[in-house]
Amino acid sequence: MPHGTEECKQIFATLSQYLDLELPPDACREIEAHLAGCPPCVEFAESLRKTVALCHEYQAGEMPGPISQSARARLVEAWRKAVSDQQSAKPAGLIADS
Amino acid sequence: MEKEAEIQLARDLMAGQPEAFDRFVEHFRAKIFQYSWLMCGQREDAEEVSQETLLKVFENFNQLRQPERVRSWVLRIAKNFCLMKRRRSQFAPAQELSLDEYMPALDRDGRDVKLQIADWSSLPEDRMLRAELRRVLDQAIAALPDTYRSVVLLRDVEDLSTDETAQVLDLSVDVIKTRLHRARLAIRQELDRYLKTKEGSAHAPRN
Repeated sequence: MPHGTEECKQIFATLSQYLDLELPPDACREIEAHLAGCPPCVEFAESLRKTVALCHEYQAGEMPGPISQSARARLVEAWRKAVSDQQSAKPAGLIADS
Repeated sequence: MEKEAEIQLARDLMAGQPEAFDRFVEHFRAKIFQYSWLMCGQREDAEEVSQETLLKVFENFNQLRQPERVRSWVLRIAKNFCLMKRRRSQFAPAQELSLDEYMPALDRDGRDVKLQIADWSSLPEDRMLRAELRRVLDQAIAALPDTYRSVVLLRDVEDLSTDETAQVLDLSVDVIKTRLHRARLAIRQELDRYLKTKEGSAHAPRN
């Protein structure tokens, strides 16, 4: 099949869903049948798959600076309060069991 | 850290185990910082969003009913803080990416049809070139309109499911799928341009 047809355009529009396995089986079979006879679409799909793989392993170059003691202390306080609120909300029997 | 390890950390924190606290803070602070740095574009904003998000996370820890959703729960809080920062700093109109922009052109030579794209068969393995590729990716992600960048960050970089991404961003699953595809196509195009320049320099005559 020559590349650049309406079918190629349709596949181009749904390639991400195909790569993410989010298409219904019928649509997947149609795409696979098309890819079997259209090397340019295969080449393009492969470049998109590699793009997604690179995004998966992407880590931004920037990292946060170290957390200050006072910022950490505020977080600890908030966490302890949430945990104690949660435990005081439980019926007494549950606390005794745990 | 894998999702399973995160979920266990969340469970340990809910049970009040102190040794889980610093591990949780270190892991999620880096994650929130990366997302908010890429969304807000400023180190200072990203540092603030990281602290504000973690504070809210801990204040509301007893409301996390499903520890298995801890990643999307934390990122949803981070997203809201990022939105507040952006409202203060930016009023750019929403920009839409069109599918047609990313359809590659064709070279026709008789019956042979070839796509005008780079050779993707071997991406650079060399450490220096990988670092260069990462910088291209930095720029490609940064250049995306906000509404597309947030989708690709949550879905591909943070590995949330389509449903989780839709919940974090308060959008429908269909909108997430459409934006994700266009964001990936835009990033692919930038990587393609970079790979073509590499091909060009590889074939250039040497002195």
